[in-house]
Amino acid sequence: MSISINGALAELPQDPRVSLLDFLREDLHLAGTKKGCNQGACGACTVLVDGERILSCLALAVQYDGRAVTTIEGLAEGGVLHPLQQAFIEHDGFQCGYCTPGQICSAIGMATEARRGAASHVTADLTAAVTLSREELQERMSGNLCRCGAHNGIIDAIGEMVAAELAA
Amino acid sequence: MTPFTYARAADPDDALRLAARDGTAYLGGGTNLVDLMRETIAQPARLVDVSGLPGAIEETDEGGLLIGAAVRNSALAEHRLVRTRYPVLGRALLAGASAQIRNMATVGGNLLQRTRCAYFYDSDGSRCNKRAPGSGCDAVAGFNRNHAILGASPACVATHPSDMCVALAALDATVQLQSAQGARTLPFAELHRLPGEHPERDTMLAPGELITAIALPPLPAAARSTYRKVRDRASYAFALVSVAAVIELDGDRIADVRIAFGGVAHKPWRAARAEALLRGGPATPAAIRAAAAAEFADAAPLRDNGFKVELATRTLVATLGDLVGATA
Ligand SMILES: Cc1cc2nc3c(=O)[nH]c(=O)nc-3n(C[C@H](O)[C@H](O)[C@H](O)COP(=O)(O)OP(=O)(O)OC[C@H]3O[C@@H](n4cnc5c(N)ncnc54)[C@H](O)[C@@H]3O)c2cc1C
Ligand code: FES
Ligand code: FES
Repeated sequence: MSISINGALAELPQDPRVSLLDFLREDLHLAGTKKGCNQGACGACTVLVDGERILSCLALAVQYDGRAVTTIEGLAEGGVLHPLQQAFIEHDGFQCGYCTPGQICSAIGMATEARRGAASHVTADLTAAVTLSREELQERMSGNLCRCGAHNGIIDAIGEMVAAELAA
Repeated sequence: MTPFTYARAADPDDALRLAARDGTAYLGGGTNLVDLMRETIAQPARLVDVSGLPGAIEETDEGGLLIGAAVRNSALAEHRLVRTRYPVLGRALLAGASAQIRNMATVGGNLLQRTRCAYFYDSDGSRCNKRAPGSGCDAVAGFNRNHAILGASPACVATHPSDMCVALAALDATVQLQSAQGARTLPFAELHRLPGEHPERDTMLAPGELITAIALPPLPAAARSTYRKVRDRASYAFALVSVAAVIELDGDRIADVRIAFGGVAHKPWRAARAEALLRGGPATPAAIRAAAAAEFADAAPLRDNGFKVELATRTLVATLGDLVGATA
């Protein structure tokens, strides 16, 4: 039983009670992924599994045997920050920084969903092409809370990333 | 968490074989069960993971839709035929939880998610007949703003929390089940039960029975359907009340209508009385209001949730008004 974490293989825990979040933090010492509520309510523990955003606090690690997990530690390449990490710095997308790893992983998953045409709760026409307005970004990111109230900067940073993608 | 063993099922027969012993629970995405296990409200000795069972979203020969129980909530909401033919289902899914949770949650798990009553969750401090049968219900005389106004009992006033299920109730879905005794199909209305004297039982499933799929009947009228959810914040919150509605017009008369309410009862509430009153009549706000009044005639609000009667009424007026105004 093994799992890929940021491209490196790791042995899964023997005890099936261990959550993916605790496995990352306690066993692998990847403390970037944060534990906010441990009950699915805050999004601080968001990671990407095969490119899709999930909550690692509600995930039993054993259930993710054979899958590829990306955490905040896996985003920079060759010492260069991921463009969204950079955008968070430029737009004051955080204050204490506790929610930030979850926000960033979540936004990357969100962009993938939008690219393949997923609608959201605020999308007026479920069959139309996706446009990522500010309201759309807010709804799509509503699973990530920020106690510091950095939401405006967070949405600005994500907006810059998706605008750059559209321009590319 | 109480210790347990974990096994992954390859197919339904494998799942049934693995789950043959008492104390076994099926695991979907884990978004509800893992939380309940952490709170020791659920203490299975064995988990059988059914989140990888085969089963996709397929169009049936009659033009309906067959949805495998392991399909993720997000995949179902994204499916082209759900968006075009059953928008009420797509909208209900998108109104639920968060994108991360919808990516994890399975259809089978969504059907069997348990109530969010705070007293049910408070295993250290509160009495709850659903969690500990016979212990009493602290919600009846407690903070019950979120609780049921229809079909409750002195033993339990909890509501069913699912959005998806409200849409499935309006669509007359059926649920496909498998057990050691064989396969059977339940009409959606017969899946969940009212609390009565046994609120510990949420559904009519037998112990160990596996949900394999949900079937949606062909329903051309559902192209004109929607879901409206009212909650305390704009997103990522459970419903105070919600409405799933399908309408078919004949000129300015209602040829057919299907209505289900969420947040008002122990199960998704199919509003048969309101439907009967509206069928054949005009889709005016006054007629819709009168139909809601008939539906809620037996409502028994608690200390804090009397507002739900008027809120559900207005939500129905607004939802049907939107559908009548929209060009299907
Ligand atoms: C913070 C938070 C907010 C949420 N907000 C909403 C909301 O607004 N609206 C909403 O509708 N939901 C909401 N949810 C609930 C969410 O939709 C459910 O937790 C989810 O649908 C459960 O699916 P799952 O696959 O994760 O189920 P699991 O947690 O894996 O299982 C749930 C139950 O189903 C049983 N089960 C699973 N699959 C099968 C099967 N095939 N056959 C038989 N039994 C099975 C399990 O044994 C268990 O009893 C929220 C959840 C959280 C944590
Ligand atoms: S720690 Fe996982 S959602 Fe809060
Ligand atoms: S930056 Fe502090 S919680 Fe978001």
